[in-house]
Amino acid sequence: MPEFLQFTFSGLTVGAIYALVALGFTLIYNASDVINFAQGEFVMIGGMVTFFAVAAGIPLPVAALIALVTAVIVGVLLHQLAIEPAKGASPVTLIIITIGASIFLRGVAAVVFDKNYHSYPAFLGSEPIRIGGATILPQSLIVLSGTLAIVIALWALSTKTMIGKAMTATAANRLAARLAGINTAAIVGISFAISAAIGAIGGILVTPITLTNYEVGTLLALKGFAAAMLGGMGNPLGAVVGGLIVGLLETYGAGYISSAYKDAVAFLVILGVLFVMPQGLFGKASIERV
Amino acid sequence: MSALATHGIGIDFGGVRAVDDVSFSVKRGEIFAIIGPNGAGKNTLFNMISGLYQAPRGKVMLEGRDVTNLPAHVLAQRGLSRTFQNLQVFFRMTALENVMVGRHLHENRNVLAHLFRLPSVVAQNRASRKRAEGLLALVGLSEIGHRPAGELPYGALKRLEIARALAAEPKVLLLDEPAAGCNAVETAEVDAVIQKIAAQGITVILVEHDMKLVMKISNRIHVLDQGRTLAEGTAAEVRSNPAVVAAYLGAHAGGEAANAGR
Amino acid sequence: MQSFWRTYGIVLIVAAVVVALPFAVTSSFYLRIGALVFIFSLAVLGINLLMGFAGQVSLGHAGFFGIGAYAVAVLPTHFAVPSWIALIVGVIVAGLLAFVIGRPILKLKGHYLAVATLGMGILIAMVFTNEARFTGGPDGMPVPRLELFGWRVRGSEAWYWISGVTLVLAALLAVNLIDSPTGRALRAIHDSEVASRVLGIDVARYKLIAFVLSAIYAAIAGAYLALFDGLVTPATAGFLRSIEFVTMAVLGGLGSIFGSIVGAALLTILPQMLTVFHDYEHIALGAIMIVFMIFLRAGIVPSLASLFRRSPS
Repeated sequence: MPEFLQFTFSGLTVGAIYALVALGFTLIYNASDVINFAQGEFVMIGGMVTFFAVAAGIPLPVAALIALVTAVIVGVLLHQLAIEPAKGASPVTLIIITIGASIFLRGVAAVVFDKNYHSYPAFLGSEPIRIGGATILPQSLIVLSGTLAIVIALWALSTKTMIGKAMTATAANRLAARLAGINTAAIVGISFAISAAIGAIGGILVTPITLTNYEVGTLLALKGFAAAMLGGMGNPLGAVVGGLIVGLLETYGAGYISSAYKDAVAFLVILGVLFVMPQGLFGKASIERV
Repeated sequence: MSALATHGIGIDFGGVRAVDDVSFSVKRGEIFAIIGPNGAGKNTLFNMISGLYQAPRGKVMLEGRDVTNLPAHVLAQRGLSRTFQNLQVFFRMTALENVMVGRHLHENRNVLAHLFRLPSVVAQNRASRKRAEGLLALVGLSEIGHRPAGELPYGALKRLEIARALAAEPKVLLLDEPAAGCNAVETAEVDAVIQKIAAQGITVILVEHDMKLVMKISNRIHVLDQGRTLAEGTAAEVRSNPAVVAAYLGAHAGGEAANAGR
Repeated sequence: MQSFWRTYGIVLIVAAVVVALPFAVTSSFYLRIGALVFIFSLAVLGINLLMGFAGQVSLGHAGFFGIGAYAVAVLPTHFAVPSWIALIVGVIVAGLLAFVIGRPILKLKGHYLAVATLGMGILIAMVFTNEARFTGGPDGMPVPRLELFGWRVRGSEAWYWISGVTLVLAALLAVNLIDSPTGRALRAIHDSEVASRVLGIDVARYKLIAFVLSAIYAAIAGAYLALFDGLVTPATAGFLRSIEFVTMAVLGGLGSIFGSIVGAALLTILPQMLTVFHDYEHIALGAIMIVFMIFLRAGIVPSLASLFRRSPS
């Protein structure tokens, strides 16, 4: 039982990061129908920039802020320079563009930073807390509560603010939103900025546990995508639930079956969802109208 | 035996009965028209008959055999072919190649033979090309066979789709708004093509909005309104049916219907 | 007769290039690059059949490439199978896997298909990384040289000719396929699946044919590379390699046989020439992908071709 609880804590922690990546996917997908494969790079930027800023002597909170701003700038540039110019392209073209952006950002990170693994001290110390025979790191609790805070903030944003409502409208019907006077291009840009921020925060919070490295973005993007698909592409609640489930499945799989194929779990989830229930847990099936 | 018949066919889209309990029977060699106001479900009906939508209710019979919910390519094998209202042309291929694709059912499908370009394949290509050229001539498109379909004007594309559908040598041909967007000259060309097709013994079922064309060439007309059958009969019968006039043409336009086809 | 040139012109040009190049360059360094270009062109030609003609995307084709590569490494090393038989086995395994996976996977479309193939490729690469007992794990394993009739095949010149001739044959088969009912069916599916169905084309069957053929091309290329290099690592089957293939195909021009070779040549030669800038390779690759997809979506060869066509003459 304690083992199961242990796995559950780890699974939820890493699942929270997948949930944040999946949320970022969902925001951008809803606003623009683009699957942003560079989503994982925002997490990488969050961790890497924070580490190098701290290593340069900057206090942690400021370093984290710098990392957040960097990620948002990268997100906006990504939209302006790579996505917006390719408007109207086929889904495959857009996928190639975002994969290209992901590879580009990885390459830049390898050159500007380095190829090593890095970390910085946990925010509230690293003394594990005992719960029910298992232990959980304080940082894990920070990750989980941070994720929860972000989800609540996003919900408040989309229901209580004009920008949020504009985003919801754009997601529901882009043309109608434009006709209603909403600047949909700006909305898409904002969704990129918010997704970048979410990803970066995830990276900042989780680095003390999982370490960071120029390469982490790729696998994270794929697992986040698996989570978004599992929850139902385009459904924010589904993204979060999907992320937690993927994290849990991965950890249980690694613990009980085989740790070598830990990363395979997310891909098996992708394939499973695509073949068995393509609309995901919370999505709706659709008919192609001729 | 009818060429094509439906029995109580129906489908819902999100709570709306797009097609509701529609039944009709088309005789061999007939020109049968399905008309109705926008949203009447004509297009949906066509898609169910041609295997593109699954019909949850009712049956479709092709030459007396139950073909309900068979996939489209199987229906094609059984002798059903169709054109599309929103033009599903192979834009990247030439007009000639478009029609050649229509010959697919009558070509040898051995991939290995194709890979190694056996003499049978060369002969096959030549035969298909000749057939395609003949069909392009039938619809009056001989001159532009070599041009990419993407460059052709709208009216030409509509006739191209007909040529392509004919290449499959169908027994029943579904024409989805063949005169849509056509001017008077183009409509007359479509009229002539349809008559040529019917003269070859092919059963033609068409969905169309152009009332003059419909009243002129159809043997029988089936009227739909809001997914349900409103009336069926000859042009004269339908034209003077008050329910049809009211639903379709509007009370004020009754005179137009009475004059159409005269 | 005119139709003969139109159909086979490309193949003859490719053959001419293959034959002429060794006379223009004598250094074995360039012959090695030539061999690499031909090998990658072979894989990209397969991808082009799938993406350019049938219109289906695969972001995991390095998986099949890797199967070919690891077959000629594992079978001779652990099971004393002669290399040329191992090559054939590898190709058959890749083809069978494509056949089995292809049926369900090709029901998907657009980005769902892209991600499913991505997942497939990564899973295959994962197996190669983890089953270290057979595959040597993350560091890979050496590949015994090919032996044909007692002759040890090694060296840039030998592989230049082997890969060049194979490429010409592969191009020949591709050209034959395109001008055939199967080719027309594939191109029709690309332009309108709905219309294809209605004309009696069994869309699922043809997508599968394209998928299996492209897997076979990739496996042969992978085996050649492994036998040429004498070494194979899991990166051969990795995500980045899959992306490189797709980029080469798109760069050169989807739907263009010559484009496959141009794209493969560009992305093979550039890194070789820029060895100094090895660290910047990824930055360059990413930037190229983005820029080309925005500005030159059709690819190099089709864009040049339409430029010539449009100029008044």
